[in-house]
Amino acid sequence: MKFESRLLTTVAAALLSAGLASQASAQTIKIGVNEPLTGPFAASGTYVVNGAKIAADEINSKGGLLGKKVELVIEDNKSNSTEAAAVAEKLITADKVPVIMGAWGSSLTLAVMPKLLEYKVPMVVETSSSGKITTSGNPYIFRISPPSAVEAAAFKNILPKLHMKKVDFLVINNDWGRGAAEDFGKVLKGEGVGVGLVETMDQAAQDMSAQLSKIKATDSDTIMVTTAVEQLTLVLKQAASLGIKKKIVTTGGSQNPDQLIDQAGAAASGTYHLAFFTPWYPDQTPNPAAAKYFLDEWKKRGYPFAGTTESFRGYDGIRTIAVAIEKAGKADPEAITKALWQTELVGLNGKIKFQKQGPDGKESGQSMPNVYLIEIKDGKVILPKL
Amino acid sequence: MVEFLQHVINTFILGSTYALLGIGLTLIFGIMRVVNFAHGELYAFGAYCVYFVCVLLGLNFFLSLFVALLAGCVVGALIEVTLLRPMRNADIDTTMLIMIGAMIVMQNGEQYIWGGVAKSVNTPFPETPLVVGPFSVSWLRLFVFFAALVLIAASYFLINRTKLGKAMRATFQDRDTASLMGINIQAIYMWTFAIGSSLAAAAGALLGPVYVISPQMGNIASLKAFAIVILGGLGSIGGATIGGFLLAFAEEIGAGYISSGYRDAMGFLIIIAILLFKPTGLFARAERIG
Repeated sequence: MKFESRLLTTVAAALLSAGLASQASAQTIKIGVNEPLTGPFAASGTYVVNGAKIAADEINSKGGLLGKKVELVIEDNKSNSTEAAAVAEKLITADKVPVIMGAWGSSLTLAVMPKLLEYKVPMVVETSSSGKITTSGNPYIFRISPPSAVEAAAFKNILPKLHMKKVDFLVINNDWGRGAAEDFGKVLKGEGVGVGLVETMDQAAQDMSAQLSKIKATDSDTIMVTTAVEQLTLVLKQAASLGIKKKIVTTGGSQNPDQLIDQAGAAASGTYHLAFFTPWYPDQTPNPAAAKYFLDEWKKRGYPFAGTTESFRGYDGIRTIAVAIEKAGKADPEAITKALWQTELVGLNGKIKFQKQGPDGKESGQSMPNVYLIEIKDGKVILPKL
Repeated sequence: MVEFLQHVINTFILGSTYALLGIGLTLIFGIMRVVNFAHGELYAFGAYCVYFVCVLLGLNFFLSLFVALLAGCVVGALIEVTLLRPMRNADIDTTMLIMIGAMIVMQNGEQYIWGGVAKSVNTPFPETPLVVGPFSVSWLRLFVFFAALVLIAASYFLINRTKLGKAMRATFQDRDTASLMGINIQAIYMWTFAIGSSLAAAAGALLGPVYVISPQMGNIASLKAFAIVILGGLGSIGGATIGGFLLAFAEEIGAGYISSGYRDAMGFLIIIAILLFKPTGLFARAERIG
């Protein structure tokens, strides 16, 4: 008897919570956000989430989507691939989100991808740049950030002005860093620039003196660095303290130049960075009105200006998803996947429209954003005249 | 050759802080038989002390180092009195679990208070490095090196030349006999844990401004501290010092000449090699059981 009554209570509770859950999902449209909020990529992931919140609030203040409010379900993947996959599974199965934005790092995104295939839920990739993501045949991937190959191709036009003869690479030891070294290496060799060492650093490493001492001793004139802002700060400081005078060019768009100026000081002066959004000059961005709205809103919320080169990704990502949901007419994974192919908008970094990439029949979507070269000079960010 | 010497300079600077970490842990491990998983969190705690005093309160950088040293001492004593003292006669596994718990609580506490985004501290040292011929080293790192040497010498003096140190060594050799000789074992344990914690906090306080300060910084520090202690042998200050420099050397040379991708693996390879031939570590003291 006792057992039965307990069973009944459990069943009743389960029914009730299921009922509540479906009621809640009927009132809002959920979008899953899978970002690193702790660990080595915490700064970048937090900025992306803050950008995403601005987009969600903007959409809700204009009446929401399909007559409902947008609700971001934000989860921390701890900068860890295993966590990223677990978080994706949780978002899909427990929160029942029809679409996800994530997962910042290439290794994190690659870890999530099998889950998308398994549950047939699309993901808009806002930051990751490893080529593999769109070429491995996952039709639920829609990427708005440039893969390293696109970044490297854009860099080709800038290259003659930088007068580089031989380059050493210092890259983060994961899919992002190794992919960048490979793609940029190809372009450089094609343009007759020598490629010397390819040194790696663990994503959690704090002391790169050994790698930099090795690079200091080579005959190259330039170091190309690929990593996120925290580690980049350390690389610049340590290169300066080793007295390295080589030109430093960074890739990947996660440098947060103002944070570098603030935290690396004089060590950042004279360094070049490939960026994907130029908040210092909103009038020169592809969508000045949106850029100004976004920057104003960012400032109003008291976030550091340095974060805008990263947070724009979250803003663009959520807006892309919103347009797709409007187009799909319902918050359903399959309909949104289809609608993403027809989605077209002007984001903060140019036109967002997905082209097919990868093996026939199971192509991933790739948008072709802009890439800019900026220079840090005496504590200011300038667009070098090239 | 120039490159090699630059690696050697790097080794000394990195090694001095590794040694500090190792000494703190080896004291606690050797004397108290407590596997202190929270050691890395005390390291992070020291770094956040500097951030709090130097950046948030805007006080002097050198003052913040002393604050970190003292705060580490106090927190260490508190952990000992509240968590370890009631478990004095429990076996090593129980205290290990308690310290794992303490580590998780401390790390999450740091994250809760300070957030996951790394902090950095500006120091009064000039940004332009000291350049001698083809070699260069930053003033901050040079300062860290000498400060670490002073702390290593101070702990050596404390253990080998003071009454407290003598009592600690006696307790390490034989707790029961030491107690019979009138040594207050409870006080010795508290001081040991406090001093060990204080050294970890000092290492964090010195290295925090060199790198960046984040809640996860303790993980890698813990790992290295254990490696150093295993390398040097339990309870040996000299062993931990040399172990610290050895680990730094292995990492530098490994990254410089073999492969930077395996930098952290190099140190552990050396440890495996040494343990194969000397299972008690390089400088293990003769132990008495019973």
